[in-house]
Amino acid sequence: MLAYLVKRIFQAIGVMFVISLIGFAIQDNLGDPLRELVGQSVTEEVRQELREELGLNDSFTKQYTRFLGNALHGDLGTSYFFKEPALDVILKKLPATLELVFGATLIIVCLSVPLGVMTAIRPNAILSKFIMGASIIGISIPVFLTAILMIYVFSVGYGWLPSFGRGDVVHVFGDWDTNFANVDGLRHIIMPSFALASIMLPLFVRLIRAEMMEVLQSEYVKYARAKGIRPWRIYFVHALKNTLLPVITVGGVQIGTMVAYTILTETVFQWPGMGFMFLEAVNRVDTPLIVAYLIVVGFIFVVTNTVVDLIYGLVNPTVKLARLGA
Amino acid sequence: MNTFIRIAAASAMTVALGAAAHADISVKVAYDADPVSLDPHEQLSGGTLQLSHMVFDPLVRWTPDFQFEPRLAESWEQIDPTTTRFHMRDGVTFHSGNALTAADVDWTFDRLKESPDFKGVFSVFTDVKVIDDYTFDLITSEPYPLVLHTATYIFPMDSAFYTGTTDDGKDKAELVKHGDSFASRNVSGTGPYVVSEREQGVKVVFDRFDGYWDTASKGNVDQIVLTPIKEDPTRVAALLAGDVDFIAPVPPTDLARVDESEGTDLITMAGTRIITFQMNQERVEAFKDARVRKAIDYAVNNAGIVDRIMRGFGTVGAQASPAGYLGHDAALTPRFDVEMAKSLMADAGYADGFEITMMAPNNRYVNDDKIAQAVASMLSKINIKVDLQTMPKAQYWPKFDERAADMMMIGWHADTEDSANFHQFLTACPDDATGNGQYNSGNYCNPEADALMLASNTEVDPAKRAAMLQKLEGILYEEAAFIPLHWQNLAWGARSGVDAAPILNAMDFPYFGDLVVSE
Repeated sequence: MLAYLVKRIFQAIGVMFVISLIGFAIQDNLGDPLRELVGQSVTEEVRQELREELGLNDSFTKQYTRFLGNALHGDLGTSYFFKEPALDVILKKLPATLELVFGATLIIVCLSVPLGVMTAIRPNAILSKFIMGASIIGISIPVFLTAILMIYVFSVGYGWLPSFGRGDVVHVFGDWDTNFANVDGLRHIIMPSFALASIMLPLFVRLIRAEMMEVLQSEYVKYARAKGIRPWRIYFVHALKNTLLPVITVGGVQIGTMVAYTILTETVFQWPGMGFMFLEAVNRVDTPLIVAYLIVVGFIFVVTNTVVDLIYGLVNPTVKLARLGA
Repeated sequence: MNTFIRIAAASAMTVALGAAAHADISVKVAYDADPVSLDPHEQLSGGTLQLSHMVFDPLVRWTPDFQFEPRLAESWEQIDPTTTRFHMRDGVTFHSGNALTAADVDWTFDRLKESPDFKGVFSVFTDVKVIDDYTFDLITSEPYPLVLHTATYIFPMDSAFYTGTTDDGKDKAELVKHGDSFASRNVSGTGPYVVSEREQGVKVVFDRFDGYWDTASKGNVDQIVLTPIKEDPTRVAALLAGDVDFIAPVPPTDLARVDESEGTDLITMAGTRIITFQMNQERVEAFKDARVRKAIDYAVNNAGIVDRIMRGFGTVGAQASPAGYLGHDAALTPRFDVEMAKSLMADAGYADGFEITMMAPNNRYVNDDKIAQAVASMLSKINIKVDLQTMPKAQYWPKFDERAADMMMIGWHADTEDSANFHQFLTACPDDATGNGQYNSGNYCNPEADALMLASNTEVDPAKRAAMLQKLEGILYEEAAFIPLHWQNLAWGARSGVDAAPILNAMDFPYFGDLVVSE
């Protein structure tokens, strides 16, 4: 177990190193940060002075070594726009994104299991067919379109839910303000969470359904039925447990992917999280922030995958972590 | 819930939040971006100037019809060709409680001369001479016609507030373009609003300044909450849903929706930003021939572009100066005649046409990439085959600096609100020493035009100056120095009851201090 974790930590460092190198290599193609820093009529001479000051005229290796040196001291550079250390900016934005991901995960978990199980047990019911049809539509409509449709229906049309932002958040501690502590916060997080969940939910419904249908054909389920165990116990205790293994694997990867999808959702809803911040940073060529974001997201991916592997071991004791880590 | 929000906004929105009870009229404003810094000298941009007009006051400001209105300067007179004497309003206090005096203007002027962004605008100005507490002289190195134009950029800062050192030993006056500084996070001006809360990129809360000098102003808004909403559809939806009271800009696709929707009003105005194409004479031999350039101008249907692509949301242009500027010549009309274009091409010996490259940004101007596509297909009618490339502005500007294509798009708004500025940056002979022609990717160069611009810069008689600048526009038109397309219009959306029209102007600096909300 310990050896496995140590191995994983080294992997994480390797992944982040590679990401930082890639992030650095592409920054020259992102554009000229000076353009966003100065007005239109500033002379070329002044621009050059600023470039020199920012160290943009140095060679790639010099800039990258300087970056690595600072990174070892926990300094990932200073955002041009926020004028604060890039890591601080990201950590400030992180709670908003994590709350959104949490909201969407909650929706997915609460809906995908019952819907998946139901469509597996009663594949021919009209409701099941409707759910399967709706899930196809859900997968094929892009998130930003779903989001804008929701805004026009529920904010502009009915006026039920607020159209943008986080609303009246409640401070918890540090940089963490929560949406889950009052009505206004909850009203603000409903639509963004559903929009974010709209891509993943159909996927999980279908996955659980397929796994469940397979398990229901297995010998031990037939035996349980013959033994006279009540149906709900067979479905939710005996069968469901064995469908969860692949669901957890896919889920772990998908939570990472969901962090990526927050870029679209946050942009449409003006959600002040790190996905929206990243898109803005790209538009403004705020390179220190871009590189820092990529590194943090890489870190989140490694961590979620590690946690998934640990849970995997708990659910299925035959899985040996030492083998997984190898 | 919707009506609840509106009632709450009209009565005591902030009471629910537990803030000051006197804030009874609150207006929520959504722009596409929020100001980069609270330091008014950090960046010369629309966002900074919009902020400056809320938190500071200029010496003089523009009226909607391009006249000057006294603000902190009550009156002024020319005492010799290079000296203008300003008499300031007395009894004006800063947010910190300090009194405004001429020494603050002097201090602010010195800081402007240090600012990389503003020092260009102030290059002709040599000094501010303080005569007494409420009188000072603004001195130029030569007779200069744009003294008042430039005075609109002088927003006196609270010199006592910005003097000294912070807890970590930094100079409070320090001007930092990237990175932390006292002035980028703390502000004390004389303006109608005090910044009471700010989370960059999320929101800025402005509260009415109790000690505001302009008691004659009818403005009755106690609190303004500025939220950036980047996405156009979301910004419009927020207004339609009643979540915000005022938005800018309104995208062309949603103009009708905001206009027709019950409870919201649309306000539009002809803008001053001209969208143009430049033809690079260094890269393409044919562009050296004025007949070819004219042929392109004749081939491009700018009225069609405004009508179809901009959905009428632009003013068709034939010159750089918009109506209201000294150099605007109403006699210059847009040219569009494909037959004429073909015959000009034939005269120049290019009846069979040629191939060129073209570049345009795709997120800088309204519908920029679609405009470029339209121009490319219009040019194919006169046998000019265009290889078009569009890209985000972040990548476009470095390409523009490299002069990387034969035809490049550029839009320009004159910082000085003056005609000579267009020529200085877009069409003057490129010269690294003076910085003239910095954005002249066409490499057009006409000494006669440059001489007119130089003469106009020291001509203080408005009538003579207008004649010079109009002659200059005439030369550029006759030689087809560039392809003018249109001036982008401006559009704002407001909830009914927010009487926004009187505070708006073509510079896009809403004077929120004077905003009246009627319900």
